[in-house]
Amino acid sequence: MIRRALRRTVLFAIALVLVACVWELWKLIAPAPGALVPRTDDRSMPHVWDIVRRLGDPERRGLDEPIWRTVLGYAWNTGKLALGGFALGGVVGIFLAVVMARWRVAERALLPWVIMSQTVPLIALAPQVISWSGRLSIGGWEWPRWLSVCVLAAFLAFFPIAVGTLRGLKSAPSAALELMDSYAASWWRTLVKLRFPAAVPYMVPAFKLAATLSVVGVIVAEISIGQSNGIGRAVISYLQTGSGDPAKIYAAVFGAALLGMALYGLVVLADTVVTRNRPKEGIT
Amino acid sequence: MSAEPGTPNSVVVDRVSKVFNPGTSGEVEALTDIELTVTKGEFVSLIGPSGCGKSTLLRLIGNLIEPTAGTVLVNGKSAAQARLDQEYGMAFQQAGLFEWRTVARNIELPLELKGWDKARRRERAGQMLDLVQLSDFARHMPWQLSGGMQQRVAIARALAADPPLLLMDEPFGALDEMTREHMQAELLRIRSITGTSVVFVTHSIPEAVYLSDRVVVMSPRPGRITDVVDVALGARRSEDTREDATFFAKITEVREALRRVEGHVPVRGGVDDR
Repeated sequence: MIRRALRRTVLFAIALVLVACVWELWKLIAPAPGALVPRTDDRSMPHVWDIVRRLGDPERRGLDEPIWRTVLGYAWNTGKLALGGFALGGVVGIFLAVVMARWRVAERALLPWVIMSQTVPLIALAPQVISWSGRLSIGGWEWPRWLSVCVLAAFLAFFPIAVGTLRGLKSAPSAALELMDSYAASWWRTLVKLRFPAAVPYMVPAFKLAATLSVVGVIVAEISIGQSNGIGRAVISYLQTGSGDPAKIYAAVFGAALLGMALYGLVVLADTVVTRNRPKEGIT
Repeated sequence: MSAEPGTPNSVVVDRVSKVFNPGTSGEVEALTDIELTVTKGEFVSLIGPSGCGKSTLLRLIGNLIEPTAGTVLVNGKSAAQARLDQEYGMAFQQAGLFEWRTVARNIELPLELKGWDKARRRERAGQMLDLVQLSDFARHMPWQLSGGMQQRVAIARALAADPPLLLMDEPFGALDEMTREHMQAELLRIRSITGTSVVFVTHSIPEAVYLSDRVVVMSPRPGRITDVVDVALGARRSEDTREDATFFAKITEVREALRRVEGHVPVRGGVDDR
């Protein structure tokens, strides 16, 4: 177990170094600007070492805190919202999957809408959902702005969860279903004792996908509403100063990547705990 | 083989027919006019070529499907009521153990659904593991067990709630010959302790003859019972029985009955013609 984790970490480090090497190699050998390929001058593609060095410098002149810590703070804020969106998407996705698995009619009626929902661009939806705050109040409780961001993230996250869980709930072998029938077990008890446990191998990859999607969702939502304390804002404002400080944007990119990996890691952790007693081969 | 007076027969199948997808182009007449009685404590095998409806008949007895016509009684109750009361246990060709549960918790499954408390479940699972001689494997996961051991766990699970009837659908069909013979002996040993009635679907003639009090021979299109062979090799069957002349004579008898089925030699009536 530990050896496997160690090997993975080493492999990941090697992969990182390889990416850096390819980056620098491309800068070295790529054709001159004007051709069909992206430009490789220091403004468009700063050196790897410049990017790394930039992480230690402050966000703006006059500040003490190195930018990596500032970005980490943004990532924390974005992460909380992404976690909220992930959880919300999980609840909605699982609920839809159960309803669709229970009633065939519901599947026929809902599934096209679920799929169609993903063709709506998030940026088109964002202003609508954000405007709920200030307009929507339920029994004196004001709809907060951050919840709108969570809803937008959940809008992306629920999709793979709904589809994956539905597939998983239907994966229980017919002999096992007959067995539950022979015990005269109700549909709901069959759901708990058989269908859900059988769905886990399908739910894990769906949740992995949803974890990273919820990060993307929050960042896009932050950008489209101008949320001021998250990674999304950092991306926009760092891009604006891009011409003078091209390495800066990568601090925000790393922040987003780290966040995605952290949420992904949570799913992997949960998977390891839940499936610790299961046969090791299977969908990973 | 004769039941004590007053005790209901384990299974009474009365003029049962089953048509799948009636009224459509996919209409299949799976079973026609089936009559079958299994007395208490009796071991009956159903044998026949594929498509003869033997698995369908088993599922009708278990009330997993409803007959198109006729009635099924299990322990004197309607099949539906018997299922609700868990009057039977079931075992399939695939052991069908839940891979996320330990061996002991797999055996506890029917007890959980019956609402037994944890202590009582644990105790019974222990007894069942003793019965199938797997006491050392209670905490193992199913995938750590061999195919034969998994099938023994499945039998333990089927018998956990102490049902008076066991329905088995080719339970040893996926096992190799050696394991298979061992499992047959195991099943007879277990049954001699529990006294459970068994309806057993199989493709194997020696298996049917070795295990059964009676072998029911079925034919396809439409599925019906064409012959019933009384075996009665006696209670003290052993490995020697497999080399016994009577054993071979009975195998020949069942084989002849099956050949009549395949040769489409008309056999009068779809009825038990003992």
